Amino acid sequence: MIVETGHFALVLAFALALAQAIIPFAGARLGDASLMRVARPVAMTQFLLIALAYGALTYAHVVSDFSLVNVIENSHSLKPLVYKISGVWGNHEGSMLLWVLVLSFCGALIAAFSASIPIKLRADTLAVQGLLGAAFLLFILLTSNPFARVAQAPWEGRDLNPILQDPGLAIHPPLLYLGYVGFSIVFSFAAAALIGGRIDAAWARIVRPWTLAAWLSLTLGIAMGSYWAYYTLGWGGFWFWDPVENASLMPWLAGTALLHSAAVMEKREALKIWTIFLSILAFSLSLLGTFLVRSGVLTSVHAFASDPERGVFILAILVFFIGGALALFALRAGALPISGIFAPISREGALVVNNLLLTVSCATVVVGTLYPLALEAITGEKISVGAPFFNTVLIPIALPLALLMPIGQMLAWKRGDLLAALQRLRAAFLAGLLALGVFGAFEGAPYLSVVAAGVAVYLIVGSISELLQRAGGRGASARAAVARFFQLPLSAFGTAFAHAGMGLTLLGLAATGWGVENITTMSVGNSYEVGPYHIVLTEMSARNGPNYSETYAVMDVRRDGEVVARIEPAKRFYQARKMARTEAGIVTLGLGQVYAALGEAHGDGTIDARLYYKPLVTLIWIGALAMALGGAFSLADRRLRIGVARRATAAIPQAAE
Amino acid sequence: MTRKGKRLTLIFGALAILGIAAGLVMFALRDNIVFFYTPAQLAEKHPSPGARLRIGGLVKQGSVVKGDGREVRFVVTDNARELQVTYTGLLPDLFREGQGVVADGVLGTDGTFRADSVLAKHDERYMPRDVAEALKKQGVWQGDKK
Repeated sequence: MIVETGHFALVLAFALALAQAIIPFAGARLGDASLMRVARPVAMTQFLLIALAYGALTYAHVVSDFSLVNVIENSHSLKPLVYKISGVWGNHEGSMLLWVLVLSFCGALIAAFSASIPIKLRADTLAVQGLLGAAFLLFILLTSNPFARVAQAPWEGRDLNPILQDPGLAIHPPLLYLGYVGFSIVFSFAAAALIGGRIDAAWARIVRPWTLAAWLSLTLGIAMGSYWAYYTLGWGGFWFWDPVENASLMPWLAGTALLHSAAVMEKREALKIWTIFLSILAFSLSLLGTFLVRSGVLTSVHAFASDPERGVFILAILVFFIGGALALFALRAGALPISGIFAPISREGALVVNNLLLTVSCATVVVGTLYPLALEAITGEKISVGAPFFNTVLIPIALPLALLMPIGQMLAWKRGDLLAALQRLRAAFLAGLLALGVFGAFEGAPYLSVVAAGVAVYLIVGSISELLQRAGGRGASARAAVARFFQLPLSAFGTAFAHAGMGLTLLGLAATGWGVENITTMSVGNSYEVGPYHIVLTEMSARNGPNYSETYAVMDVRRDGEVVARIEPAKRFYQARKMARTEAGIVTLGLGQVYAALGEAHGDGTIDARLYYKPLVTLIWIGALAMALGGAFSLADRRLRIGVARRATAAIPQAAE
Repeated sequence: MTRKGKRLTLIFGALAILGIAAGLVMFALRDNIVFFYTPAQLAEKHPSPGARLRIGGLVKQGSVVKGDGREVRFVVTDNARELQVTYTGLLPDLFREGQGVVADGVLGTDGTFRADSVLAKHDERYMPRDVAEALKKQGVWQGDKK
């Protein structure tokens, strides 16, 4: 009964989404305020209905209702509760339901926080959001119904893929979707602005917080996914240039570019057309990602099931929305007045370069991801484009970008002084050179790692020194400087943290060059060297978990004869799916990690294992956290807060920003 | 600088960056892509020994031999042709005889494939798509059994 209620709620939500797409849009054309006002309550109700449907599916998973195909295929009565709940989105149907849940949540957010937005813009925005919702709800109802029943319910389910039975599953997809789908808000605003024909700084002010929020979730989602892959796949890799990972990186790059160009548009009324284009692009890339992941054209851990019908359906949605938005863009963008002239050496100029580099990297990722698909479709040849391609192309783009970031931060709006900016970065350059020397002294890594580490340190120091110099000023007393430091706008902290976070991540990536790997056969009582540590296998045994059995090993991590940590890598075997899964033993020592993963056990009491020492590896994710924190600071800045747009429309661009 | 000058700077700057990026992409696509073959396609196309390749197929029943240390030898088959593969390292959790496998590596002059990475399928219902397609073409696909 509850399941049927859920299904019914989903159908109702589809009808409401259609209403949301048509009525406010018609109202905006006819100038009828009462029709336009329909948008808000409908958007909220649509969200509640989808939440109800989602709750019903979760209920079926929690009580292990094996009359549902979705539950049979992805659950098991002995599965721990947390994986019964998160397992709802660990499959195609459930993850699409989560997708529309987030989409309608975004619609409800616009409805809730748009009291100060011009009514016409709001109506059109919610109409576009409704149209998106209708398309994806139809997709679920027609091709991916999570509520499908079977005539005869089996006694037991097939269990969830063991790789997904991990706390990572509880966090990674919702965060990623908030980011991915969060860009739909900006997309809808852009489409609405193009329809309405009014695009100005106020529009950028409305859109920027939404962009920030989506970007921040996406950053965390990607970082979480990469850490999950790192500890769960058993060989310490954290990024594989898998097309599905690229699918999340593409909107991230476009979104980062958007974040910066929207700032230019808000402050200086320049780059309007470009910002609108990026708003469309970011979500279009999210849609492309959804198509790549959900259509089954790719093989990957993320592709749950392939069904050509679904692929064609998503492709149709993709073509409709991206094509429609770009057509609208082509029709309207030419009519926009060009304004906001600036010198090439200025904050705007630097942000333009930033945008160029980011969109070019985004384009190369798109090429690298789609090229194999296109080549196979045209010539039938199968190729794989992997890390060597992306490293060759992206490193020469990323390193100059990192070099330019602090310089851009130092330049004034409209007309900047490059020499003065470089002088203010003296400390950063010195720190970078020093880092080159220090990292160069450690042997074993390629030159590229040393260079990247130097650039990273320069970037970190450069990002922060801008803050300190603004607080310090010339000849200011220490107390005045401290006071001024805490009075700096939060968005200044946002920029500094986000840029420094990028530097931290870069440093962590560079440090992989000094990593040590030891693949060996271990026996109890013996010691094995990995980097500065020795690992002693002290015990090996077997035990049972709720829905698996495992072989585990206890290892002492020693440094200079002292035991500094104890790790417990294991190899689990899941009976229901007859699948094994490696549980790595990881310990964080300083900023580095010691990582051990078990291989095959031999009859004579020895076991194969991979041992790694990964210096500074945690910085990769700490950097991502710092970036997200930067995003949160900017979001908390009073001038950017959602809803203040109208009150602040008269705000004058501030010189110091 | 004049208004026109500013705009030209911007346009040339953008073109320069795009040009460099396009050059990098072409260069990387020429040198860094890896072709995928099944054993039968390999026999037909004769790629030159020493080229980096990705091969895929089923691990032949009874063909896995553990050598000294962690060296493993096994035969990859698409039921038409067979290919001897050697690999040193730990095999993935899901590596099993009779199951799908994809390996990256180099073809030696003796016709043996030296793999430096071996990927197995992710679960028992999943087969590397490249392999599944090749098998379907040859009519030995066992169907999408659930």
